[in-house]
Amino acid sequence: MGKAMERACDDARHSGVVIVSSLASDAHTWNLVYLQLLLEEHGFEVVNLGACVPDELLVAECLDRAPDMVVISSVNGHGYQDGLRVIAQLRRRPPLARTRMVIGGKLGISGARDGLRADRLLDAGFDAVFPDGPDAVPEFERYLSHVFERVAS
Amino acid sequence: MTVEFRVPSHTAEDGTAGNSTGFGEFVRHRAASGELVVQPRMGFSDPARMRAGLLATRRAAATTVGTLTVDSYTRVGDLAAARDALRAGIALNGYPLATHPRETTAQVLAGIAADDFPVQVRHGSADPGHIFTALTAAGLSATEGGPVSYCLPYGRTPLEKSVDSWARCCEDFAEPRRPGVRPHLETFGGCMLGQLCPPGQLVALSVLEALFFHRHGVRSISVSYAQQSHPGQDREAVRALRVLCARLLPDADVHIVVYAYMGLFPQTADGARALLGEATRLARATGAERLIVKTEAEADRIPTVAENVAALEHAARTARRHRAEAPAGADDDSQVHAEAYALIDAVLNAAPDIGRALVQAFKRGLLDIPYCLHPDNAGRSRSYLDRDGRLRWADVGSLPLAPLVGAGRSRPVTSGELMSALSYVRRTFDGDPYGELRGRPRGKAVEDR
Repeated sequence: MGKAMERACDDARHSGVVIVSSLASDAHTWNLVYLQLLLEEHGFEVVNLGACVPDELLVAECLDRAPDMVVISSVNGHGYQDGLRVIAQLRRRPPLARTRMVIGGKLGISGARDGLRADRLLDAGFDAVFPDGPDAVPEFERYLSHVFERVAS
Repeated sequence: MTVEFRVPSHTAEDGTAGNSTGFGEFVRHRAASGELVVQPRMGFSDPARMRAGLLATRRAAATTVGTLTVDSYTRVGDLAAARDALRAGIALNGYPLATHPRETTAQVLAGIAADDFPVQVRHGSADPGHIFTALTAAGLSATEGGPVSYCLPYGRTPLEKSVDSWARCCEDFAEPRRPGVRPHLETFGGCMLGQLCPPGQLVALSVLEALFFHRHGVRSISVSYAQQSHPGQDREAVRALRVLCARLLPDADVHIVVYAYMGLFPQTADGARALLGEATRLARATGAERLIVKTEAEADRIPTVAENVAALEHAARTARRHRAEAPAGADDDSQVHAEAYALIDAVLNAAPDIGRALVQAFKRGLLDIPYCLHPDNAGRSRSYLDRDGRLRWADVGSLPLAPLVGAGRSRPVTSGELMSALSYVRRTFDGDPYGELRGRPRGKAVEDR
């Protein structure tokens, strides 16, 4: 493959650093492992902070690494309240005010109120919310293509 | 082999003989009469419910031991949160052993916990001092865990801190509180992450944690192994566990405990029963003495007492139809044994003290749990399921296994493959609930009712 072709192929992939993280009260990790592989397949460099990440650690890592995106995943049902708390702390820091930040997973007890709660997460500063469901991963992948292609062009 | 077996300075006068009682002795005696001891997972914050659960376990039509699982506030040492929840009448996900008054726990156990029904405390703590204190104060003498297996999968406690804490706990726990009662400790190392850790490393971790307990004075030990995704490979693993324990722990009283599958459980009742049946046959075919069951409710929620009793009795019925095979001889040329042997050898040579050796081994990647995100895990190894469902290494990282699995075999694992591997057992048993009976008549109730 020639240099130009290589470059063209590279351009079709995303690039950049993504921080993948759980929230303070959540010890689950298979969701984080899966997201890391998925994001790597999309061409991102992933920093996976793992389980039970205290708010201060997440903020410190984000300030330190200045990622292109922060992906928070939680499946223990505390995602809404923990997510609202942590996004406020992240957005308060000027270097992180405009960083792309998304959240997904089993965020609460499912029901009619979940839609409203997703709105609250968006209002609080997340750029996108991906509640658990059969469409969550395809939607997340569509979001990646959409957002990062637009940034590149 | 360069494993040097150091005889501990305080070799027990109370070796394996004698008339002592306790969890280990109970299991050994029942196994000697051909029985499989079965055990639930169970923990309730309400003392009356906890007592009812233990009583139902004791009365089940099976040879049982009891389980008292602590809640997750107690697990992480947040005793203030456990106390507040009890005061507010909020139900916890286990029994707050360090918070209920000692008299309350005595009433829970009175007339139930006894020489013929020992009760094991289960917890999951990397820093378990308060749990050991509470369980010995309650007159209990059996628990489980380990410095690696209760540290790496859950949370961020540094491994070195867990090793130091577990060393202190073992040494204190090893002192018998009542004459003739020997404290018993089970390794959780054979269950790391529940799924996708190749069996060679599960066996190595279980043996290494048993050696750790032994070096710190514990003489009555059980070693765990969690059922994985291929019955033949699982049998190799449990046999390897037996052979390695006989060789490395000749003066300890050791038995083997098999855990029914710990990953995504089948969602159908038939699938769940068939998978538990498979675990029971694994125990019988390898001469394992004890089995931790799972229930039909496992895929959805925490099981009720009645569902636990049903699972215990189902396992007991299956066990009665399959005689316990005598433990294999000293020779073992299986792949699982070879991998476990190489890992144990490398770790024991990493430092003279086994605790330091474990810390060093993880630092250097001589032990490396695939897909484990703990900051002290190297995270360079990867595993996958082959077409037959055997767990294999996709990448050994720095594990000393390259000569055994073939160098240059490393292959990337995609997100899709990971998802498929995580659900393989569930899909297999839900799609073909009688898959366990392949090649036999498909009629219902042939094997498991």
